[in-house]
Amino acid sequence: MLGKEEIAKRIAKEVKDRFYVNLGIGIPTLVANYVREDINVEFQSENGVLGMGPFPFEGEEDADIINAGKQTITTLAGASFFDSAFSFGMIRSQKVDLTILGAMEVAENGDIANWKIPGKMVKGMGGAMDLVASAENIIVAMMHVNKKGESKILKKCTLPLTGVGCVKKVVTELAVLEVTPQGFKLLERAPGVSVAHIIASTEAELIIEGEIPEMVID
Amino acid sequence: MINKKVNSVQEALDGVQDGMTIMLGGFGLCGIPENAIAELVIKETKELTCISNNAGVDDFGLGLLLQKRQIKKMISSYVGENAEFERQMLSGELDVELTPQGTLAEKCRAAQAGIPAFFTPAGYGTEVAEGKEVREFNGKPHIMELAYDADFAIVKAWKGDEAGNLIFKGTARNFNACMAGGAKITVAEVEELLPAGSLDPNEIHIPGIMVQRIFQGEKFEKRIEQRTVRQK
Repeated sequence: MLGKEEIAKRIAKEVKDRFYVNLGIGIPTLVANYVREDINVEFQSENGVLGMGPFPFEGEEDADIINAGKQTITTLAGASFFDSAFSFGMIRSQKVDLTILGAMEVAENGDIANWKIPGKMVKGMGGAMDLVASAENIIVAMMHVNKKGESKILKKCTLPLTGVGCVKKVVTELAVLEVTPQGFKLLERAPGVSVAHIIASTEAELIIEGEIPEMVID
Repeated sequence: MINKKVNSVQEALDGVQDGMTIMLGGFGLCGIPENAIAELVIKETKELTCISNNAGVDDFGLGLLLQKRQIKKMISSYVGENAEFERQMLSGELDVELTPQGTLAEKCRAAQAGIPAFFTPAGYGTEVAEGKEVREFNGKPHIMELAYDADFAIVKAWKGDEAGNLIFKGTARNFNACMAGGAKITVAEVEELLPAGSLDPNEIHIPGIMVQRIFQGEKFEKRIEQRTVRQK
């Protein structure tokens, strides 16, 4: 079973040379730490920066330079700032190659829910609805089951949707799943996790073809 | 040169009345018009509809107006950092219109650009699309969204000049640059207000025609919400 850092490490392998990438809050933010150093990638944050760098050194924080998680950041050579309308313009016009975000539920038709639990938690969708409605390449980083052990990989989402039919791939602590027109296809399993364990932890049907390889993390 | 300078925040907010709709720039606490917000608290203006990406934190930004129950309705994309907000919303005291962030930005920009409505794919198939016109373009469904109609836009910039020209710093540009000129009256509060001619016209982000009143804020706390650092 993978920890959050390992999920991020596995997703980092999906980041290719010359990609512009938008990272959501939570596990997706960690992905930046594990991208191969021999490729050129620029990270976009929807609050208005391209070319995001690591956190600043202590004492060098600037209240005017943050990411969408409101964390202080730095910029790298080639970076740029822009306003919010322009930022979502580049997202809607599909200039951003890869979007990685978290989810509370994902369904086998690619639907995603991640912004609201009616009557309980209402934080808002932020930029997630714009991102999932526009991006071609969406990877979800999430936990396979909730704290009660119930599957979050579903036939149909139960929570209010963020977007319809948009998710392409899901990486969880147990598995890598691809969303196909026929439903979830099991691509990889976490080290030491059996296919039977993944089936038992998944409410949706899984398409399983042949031997399922273990994920390569490092 | 048409001079937009006013001498105080009080003068800048003259005419703000109960029940008005106000756009406020900023993302989280980054680039919020903190002097104008402090003055709205003092003015005790009530029943406000605020268009702002976030709602501040409990004791800063728009959280200060929420504490005093000055806000009737919030139009935002993300409100996760504010416990008082969540309480007022869940209890029904506060009306909340959650809007996808890119749609919120574009509704501001549309008002700024004189475009009454536009189509976006964001929110199609979700609660956000309920009651809205849907049209297909290039085989993909889009929903119609309307430009905002606000009485005041209150934005914050880094530098400005007496002609109302604005320059932003870093990610503090965010919604400030989309809202300037998007309301009947735009008020700009700046860290540094310079005589006309001091700023290079090549460097201006928002031209002064979009701004009716500009003033230099007395002090800026510029609070950081998530101070993240690495070790040397």
